[in-house]
Formats: sequence, structure tokens, C-alpha cells
Amino acid sequence: MALTSLRVVEYGARVYRRTWRGSVISTFLNPVLFLLAMGVGLGTLVDEGSGGATIDLPYLTFLAPGLLAATAMQTAAGDSSYPVMAGIKWRKTYEAALATPIGVGDLVLGHLGWVGIRLVFVTGVYAVIMTLFGATTLWQGLLSIPPAVLTGLAFAAPVTAYTARLKQETGLSNMFRFGIVPLFLFSGTFFPVEQLPDAIEPLAYATPLWHGVSLCRGLALGLDFTVHPLLSAAYLAAWMVAGGLLAHRFMRRRLVV
Amino acid sequence: MTEPLVAAHALTKTFGDFVAVDAVDFEVRPGEVFGFLGPNGAGKSSTMKMIGAVSPLSGGTLRVLGLDPGTDGPEIRSRLGVVPQEDNLDHELTVYENLLIYGRYFGLPRKVIDERVTELLEFAQLQDRRQSTVEPLSGGMKRRLTIARGLINQPELLLLDEPTTGLDPQARHLLWDRLYRLKQEGVTQIITTHYMDEAEQLCDRLVIMDGGKIVAEGSPASLIAQYSTREVLELRFPVGTEDRGVGRIGDLAARVEELPDRVLLYTDDADAAAESVAARGIVPESTVTRRSTLEDVFLRLTGRRLVD
Ligand SMILES: Nc1ncnc2c1ncn2[C@@H]1O[C@H](COP(=O)(O)OP(=O)(O)OP(=O)(O)O)[C@@H](O)[C@H]1O
Ligand SMILES: [Mg+2]
Repeated sequence: MALTSLRVVEYGARVYRRTWRGSVISTFLNPVLFLLAMGVGLGTLVDEGSGGATIDLPYLTFLAPGLLAATAMQTAAGDSSYPVMAGIKWRKTYEAALATPIGVGDLVLGHLGWVGIRLVFVTGVYAVIMTLFGATTLWQGLLSIPPAVLTGLAFAAPVTAYTARLKQETGLSNMFRFGIVPLFLFSGTFFPVEQLPDAIEPLAYATPLWHGVSLCRGLALGLDFTVHPLLSAAYLAAWMVAGGLLAHRFMRRRLVV
Repeated sequence: MTEPLVAAHALTKTFGDFVAVDAVDFEVRPGEVFGFLGPNGAGKSSTMKMIGAVSPLSGGTLRVLGLDPGTDGPEIRSRLGVVPQEDNLDHELTVYENLLIYGRYFGLPRKVIDERVTELLEFAQLQDRRQSTVEPLSGGMKRRLTIARGLINQPELLLLDEPTTGLDPQARHLLWDRLYRLKQEGVTQIITTHYMDEAEQLCDRLVIMDGGKIVAEGSPASLIAQYSTREVLELRFPVGTEDRGVGRIGDLAARVEELPDRVLLYTDDADAAAESVAARGIVPESTVTRRSTLEDVFLRLTGRRLVD
């Protein structure tokens, strides 16, 4: 199965060769804009105000690795929602693939494999830009790419599973509205979750993004970890594996009738 | 006798409580073109998908290329060509890339694919569209590309689900010609169609399905011989004509069928029947004498109703 899955990865790459123009601008531009506006602009206020004392770091430095993890999440969720829906329902390209020796397992693995490659590219670009902003050293920036990719995959897999069950595309915009965007805002990317009301704080630790942010920040800045990094990595891996298995099951139920 | 390429016994497909394919038996022999005819919802596509090893059986047994689709799916699919009823080309990719990707799904090396693509594009008359994306192609071009795609792995068995639906007559004839060439090359084909002339042209043997069951089986000629007469006399009347003389002509034909605008007499000699009709003083608006076709058989067996 592993070998045949590579053919699906190749397919992803081929489609990307046709469509990269749509996403490549944002791959480069988003980190620049975010780091400029939030890191530099807002950061000046934070650093001069009481925020500086709380986080004990320049805000730009604090923010950049968190945003790296959050960007990985957004990229993965984007790639595993509308394109997967298109494969299942709109263009039926999965159905076309399943008429060949390719199986459902290959589709899922190949999809996640391709998203993984995309994530290496997107987070790699991000890490370099982060370095250019002086938020971290190049070496430490590069070190934070693997946990960022893992964070992305911890979302890609369950989002694929979720999409495989959806009949209507409104479920996708709801997922972003009520899932991805709140996670983006409240998982420790922009401010430490200790700032959250005590009642919700534990919730933040349960989100995979918090662990992704923790790993990326810890590695990029050489900080101490609140949660042991291996535990965080294992937690993310668990999301990835469980999501992948569910995606396989739901996709089979959907496509093999 | 050679072993059949496809052998189905009591083959059944259910969706929940609904029985889409109801215990059908059929065999497809190497080298032949085998047809499934039937009204909408008869279960043709459901049967094709089971043969294509993409849809699990709900009951019965099925052997494809001597293998079991339940356990040897990838092996079977690697030796099949499939042209689905609904277009599932990748519209974002070019004509060439669609063929390339499909070839890669079959694990073919790039070099082999490139050689075959050149032949297939010629076969499908799409040479000058090689680098064009699929999106703007006409329906007929897409259909031809889908067929070319189904041939990239040089299949032993080709499954064509309504290959010419939506094509103009030129494109249909071109396709028939191509399919005939494939038959000459020894590619076994299973075709579903709504076009009776297509079935008569292409199929060595066919089955007529209705409501998930096979209601007749044979060569086009034998089906006509069995279920119809040699010729048909059509008497056309303006709609609403009170007396069309049906009561007085029953003895002139093996079977008489009344339609709103026509009376059909199934007979072995339509000209003779026409003279007798005239002799009995029945004067239709016009008369047509013609040979019986598969369409007559089809309509007789599946009824003149609109399913769906
Ligand atoms: N995935 C499915 N879920 C539920 N019912 C289905 C499914 N696929 C087919 N059916 C039903 O099974 C019956 C047979 O469908 P099928 O597509 O095999 O017919 P068909 O002979 O190919 O018709 P057509 O000529 O319109 O293509 C139809 O009533 C259809 O609604
Ligand atoms: Mg059909």
C-alpha cells in the first residue's frame, strides 16, 4: 500500500503544479504581514506596556513561533477540507482513482503525505521569514519546522475525516468558523493561555494547537517547556494517527458503496 | 469452451432495503462485446461497478478475470479499463496530465505512458488538445478522453457505462468505429446503453435488465426473432381519432399495439398487412413499413412507461 500511496502523493504534486499560483503569494505574504502588523506594530505597544513583563520576551519573538504552528494548522485544514470535498463529491477524482489499483488507504495516506510535503514548504518559508525578522536564529527556526509539520498533520488527518462525512459544504465553513479560527486565537499563539479565564484554561491545554505552539516556541527560542516536549509530540501524533484511521473509515464508507 | 471473463451467479446489490440488482446470472466470454440494456434505474451501473471491483457485492458470486473482486480488487482493477457513466476527469489538469496521472495510478513508468499517450490521443482524435486543460473541452471530447484514459493500461476487459450518451451523431459513429477496432484487437467489452441502434451495432450478446432483473438475453438478432416479428407496420392517425379499426385487424398481425398517435402491427410481412388493412377500409393518415428492431423488443419487455 505504501508504494501505491506515493502515486497519490505524485498526483497532489501535479495538481499543485497547476494551482500553486493561487496559494504561493499568501505563503510568502501572510507571515510578512502578520509579523509586521502583530509582531512589530502591536508588539511595540505590548513591549512598552505591562505585556512585556508577563511574557518576558519581545512580543515579536514570542509571537513568531506560535504563528508558525498556527499557520501549519491553517494550511493543513485548508488542504484537507475543500480539496477533499472536491475529490469526493464535486469532481469525483477519488472515484476515478479507485477504479485503478489505488485503494481508499492509498488515497488517505497519499493525501496526508502530500499535505506533509506542502507543510514542509509552507513552514520552511515561514521559518526563514521569521529569522529575517530577527525573531529567532536560522538554526532554531529550522528546528521548529518538524514540530510545525507535525502540528499540521495532527489537523490534516481529523479534518480529512470530518470532511469525508460531510454531505454539504456549509459544514466546512462552520468548521473554520467554530473550530479553526477560535483555536487560532486562543491556543497560546497571541498570548499565553494563563491569561485565559481559569475556567477555560484547561481546555486550551487539550487542543492540539497549544501543544504545537508549545513545541515550536520552545524549540525556536530555546525555552523551558511547560509540558514535556515528547509528551506534546506524542499527543499530536495521536491526533494524526487517530484522525488518519477515522479518515480511512469514513472515506471507505463514503466511496465504497 | 474457454472460461468466461466474467461470471455472475445470483449477483445482488442492495442499498439499505432497496434491491438495485436482484440475483442476476450472466457470463461474458473472451473477445465478445456484451451489452446491458435497460431503462433508467434498472441496475446497469450498479452491476458495472461490481464487475469493476469498486462496489462490494451484497449477495451471490462474481468472478472477474478468474478472480474474486472481494479479495483481488487491486489485481482485477489493474487489468480493467473503466469508462464511468459520469465524467470524473480532473478538470484542473491538462489532457496529457489526466492520462499521465492515470497511468501512474497503474504504476506504469513515465516512458511507457508517454508512448501510449501519443497513440491514445490519436485514437481519440485529441492530438492537438494535448496541452489544453480539460475544463473547456466539449462533451464529446471529454468522453473520448475518458475512453482513452480507460485504455492507458491496455486492459483485457473494458467497461463502458453509457459511452455515447450526450454525443452528437458524428462523435457517436467515431466512437463506434473506435470500439470496433478495439474488438478487432481482442479487447472484451461490456457496454451499457440506452441506444438500441448502438446495441445492435456493437453487441454480440446482450441482456435486457428491468427493475434489477434480467428479463431477456441473447444476440440482437435472436432477441428480435424471439420477442418480435420480422417486420412492423405502423399506421399513423391524428391524435384523438375515434375509430382506428383496431377491432377489425387483430387477425392480420402476431400482435397489435396501440399508441396515442399510432397503431403498430407486428407481422412477418408488413406490405401484405398494409394491403389487407386498406382492403378493410381503414385509412390512416400515413403508413410506415419497417423491419423490427431491438427497440421493439426493448419496449415490449420493459413496457412503454417512464421510470425514474
Ligand atoms: N449509492 C446508492 N445509494 C442508494 N441507491 C442507489 C445508489 N446507487 C444506485 N442506487 C439506486 O439503484 C437503482 C439502480 O441504479 P443504477 O445506477 O444501477 O441504474 P442504471 O440502470 O444505471 O440507470 P441509468 O440508466 O439511469 O444510469 C436506482 O434506483 C438508484 O437510485
Ligand atoms: Mg447507469
